[in-house]
Amino acid sequence: MARISVQSGIFDIAAELAALTAGRTDIGGIGSFLGIVRDDHQHLVALTLEHYPGMTERAIAAIAAEAEQRWSLLGCTIIHRTGRMTPGEPIVLVLASSAHRQAALDATAFLIDWLKTRAPFWKREEFAGQGAQWVAAREADEAAAQRWQG
Amino acid sequence: MAAELKPGELRVLYFAWLRERVGRSEDILAMPDGVSTVADLMAWLAAREPGAAAAFAQPDLVRCAVNQDFAPAETAIAPGDEVAFFPPVTGG
Repeated sequence: MARISVQSGIFDIAAELAALTAGRTDIGGIGSFLGIVRDDHQHLVALTLEHYPGMTERAIAAIAAEAEQRWSLLGCTIIHRTGRMTPGEPIVLVLASSAHRQAALDATAFLIDWLKTRAPFWKREEFAGQGAQWVAAREADEAAAQRWQG
Repeated sequence: MAAELKPGELRVLYFAWLRERVGRSEDILAMPDGVSTVADLMAWLAAREPGAAAAFAQPDLVRCAVNQDFAPAETAIAPGDEVAFFPPVTGG
């Protein structure tokens, strides 16, 4: 059963890791992905994440269920922040635990690839002195998600 | 909290730049005559006001969900449904 949270506040990675491992000794490894607000050209002031409440949680649960079907996971955590964030702030956390590293690492990559292309979030960037604009979807993200098809 | 739908009504939601162009995040509409799919609804909304016309001007950049599941433009819709329009997603 995955732990899923869509929240405005920051998350505590150590606490999330501890929750995944609490009371069990069958986990051999945890794959993790921490997404961070990146400023490519020193102009980004902030990033604002809009989402579709209700559908977001439903879409993430479906993605987590798909990962649990494909790999033998012992636990899974997906936390995605919404609202306004500044460069350097954490934005998304994916954890997948398994008896063996390959399943944990592969499931983590799958989860973030599908999260980027199959969950209803939209990024809006604010630039210094240049206003704001909605981020366009990237073909590379769709290609990364497509490699898990089939 | 979202207003309850009356019989025969449809909830329409807009997100990101579609919301900005339409100028609202939500409409509650009586199911329009002649509308039976998502594509029909897009055309009906676009013909109704300039903001919606701007929002739907490039249909290839518009994605849709019906009752909170991603849905292609040919999906059938009925009174009581929640239909959402938004750009391709950019989370993660």
